[in-house]
Amino acid sequence: MLKKTVAALAAGVMAAAAANISGAGASFPAPVYFDWAYLYQKETGNRVNYQSIGSGGGIKQISARTVDFGASDKPLKKRKLDKKRLYQFPAVIGSIVAAYNIPGIKDGELKLENSDLADIFLGKIRYWDDKRIAEDNPGLKLPHKEIVVCRRADGSGTTFNFSYFLSHVSSEWADSVGIGKALDWPTGLGGKGNEGVSSLITQNPYSIGYVEYAYKVKNGFGAAVLQTKSGKWVEAKEENFKAAAKYAKWSPENHFHQILALQPGDESYPIVAATFILLPRENSEMNKEVVRFFDFAFKKGDEDARKLGYIPLPAETKEMVRRYWMEHGIY
Amino acid sequence: MNRAIDLIFHNTTRFFAISVLIVLVALFAVLFNEAKPAMDAFGLDFVVNSKWAPNMEIFGGFPAIYGSIVSTLIAMLIATPIAIGIAIFLSELAPPWLAVPVGMAIELLAAIPSIIYGMWGLFYLAPILRDIWGGNGLGLMTAGIVLSIMILPFMAAITRDAMKTTPDILKESAYGMGATRWEVLKDVVIPYVKSGIIGSIILALGRAVGETMAVTFVMGNAHKVPDSIFKPATSIPVTLANEFTEADTDLYYSSLFYLALILLLISFTVIATAKFWFLRNLRERRI
Repeated sequence: MLKKTVAALAAGVMAAAAANISGAGASFPAPVYFDWAYLYQKETGNRVNYQSIGSGGGIKQISARTVDFGASDKPLKKRKLDKKRLYQFPAVIGSIVAAYNIPGIKDGELKLENSDLADIFLGKIRYWDDKRIAEDNPGLKLPHKEIVVCRRADGSGTTFNFSYFLSHVSSEWADSVGIGKALDWPTGLGGKGNEGVSSLITQNPYSIGYVEYAYKVKNGFGAAVLQTKSGKWVEAKEENFKAAAKYAKWSPENHFHQILALQPGDESYPIVAATFILLPRENSEMNKEVVRFFDFAFKKGDEDARKLGYIPLPAETKEMVRRYWMEHGIY
Repeated sequence: MNRAIDLIFHNTTRFFAISVLIVLVALFAVLFNEAKPAMDAFGLDFVVNSKWAPNMEIFGGFPAIYGSIVSTLIAMLIATPIAIGIAIFLSELAPPWLAVPVGMAIELLAAIPSIIYGMWGLFYLAPILRDIWGGNGLGLMTAGIVLSIMILPFMAAITRDAMKTTPDILKESAYGMGATRWEVLKDVVIPYVKSGIIGSIILALGRAVGETMAVTFVMGNAHKVPDSIFKPATSIPVTLANEFTEADTDLYYSSLFYLALILLLISFTVIATAKFWFLRNLRERRI
């Protein structure tokens, strides 16, 4: 009896000693954060509770200090970080693909010029057999069907990165729609979250939408071959995402603010994006716990990240992030 | 002692009653307060402006307001005649062995959470409508149909209960004078329960105009005034549900509150008009 009580008490004390980390933000990296949290708890007993509520929500919650860390797909500029008193570092890299559902056309068969992709989302190219698409796909039998454009209805870091890309490949997009997490979409159906867009693509034959690569894999969509910055065809696959990630020029001075779209290089897929973690500057004890979790993920989480369709940060970048932690006394 | 209990009882119930009023006023105050920045920035143009571009800080509520009103109208147009038909059949025409199970089924339907209607609409109804009308099967018409099915059982059940309150003696007298079934319905039952029917329509209208989940799935979520009811659109509750979490600028946030305030005013106007105009007219006519 006494033994049992002591054991129960001890368990209670140990549970109290184990850290309980709470985070909130971007839905784009949520699957990999959940996975890392599971690994971390198995190994250390510390719990990480991540709420996938969207980048905007993550920024809002960490600014109000209601969570221990925030996560955002859109990096904040130094000025904003200083104002909100936050640290920022990248956690993992993902990629956005133009996923389609065209009966008869398999994954990777369809080639789209970057500017044509912009015109599809502008509603200017309306049919799949438009001659601008046909001229790049001489071997394909394109159907004379109206293109169903699927995009986000909610604000999203994915949309931010996708519209950043479109704005840099189409001046018309830049002028009339622009860059942002929520846009005045010229056309298309809106879905909530990557899941919502995926279900719209599944539901509607002859559709195209932009989703995080992991959702493309999960749903078995085709992904269009796009172009590198210099106009070479580049498939949506892991090597090409990694090739793009290599060119990132990170700098700890501006808290790693970096948008990875349209990197140079002949194998660089044009729409890759890092996702970021935000920490409060004053709470150094809790920050150490959070940093311990991400350090663990950097060491042991690469395999899982890859399996889920993400690209782990390159080793040099991880070292740079660790130096950044050390510099600010949270490592 | 008894007086004291009476007094306590009186005051407690009065407090409960007044608290409803307080909540209502507080709701208005909060919405108004949060919507203030958007009101100052856009004024009443917000109601007629169609451009909704959060990244450029331009907000116009017209597409959402239009979508709310049109999808609700479509739903009412479909649901009202069918609901009244069901109610007539169940209360006046059906034999008990049929009326009881069908009546129970309708009550059960009324209890289904709205998100289930939304999922059904997206996964089953939308593809069927797509084959019939072309396009992608998402839009105002689909939303209207899903809404009508959602409010139908509710309207039918209330109307049926109202019809059952018609005194048998009135109906029997009419039959005794040689009236046909149709004449009894038209001239005795329906006039007798008119206020009940209108009440059910108003309640259903209130439910349809504020419905979120069932509609988010099938509306298509496009901030545009569509040129046809078969094209994607949006409504106020749908916009709020989709965009609140990511509204990270003050003006964006405030514009969503402005929309919410407009929604509250729309429901308020509908119910107030119904109460003060339709029902008063009815009462006067009966006297």
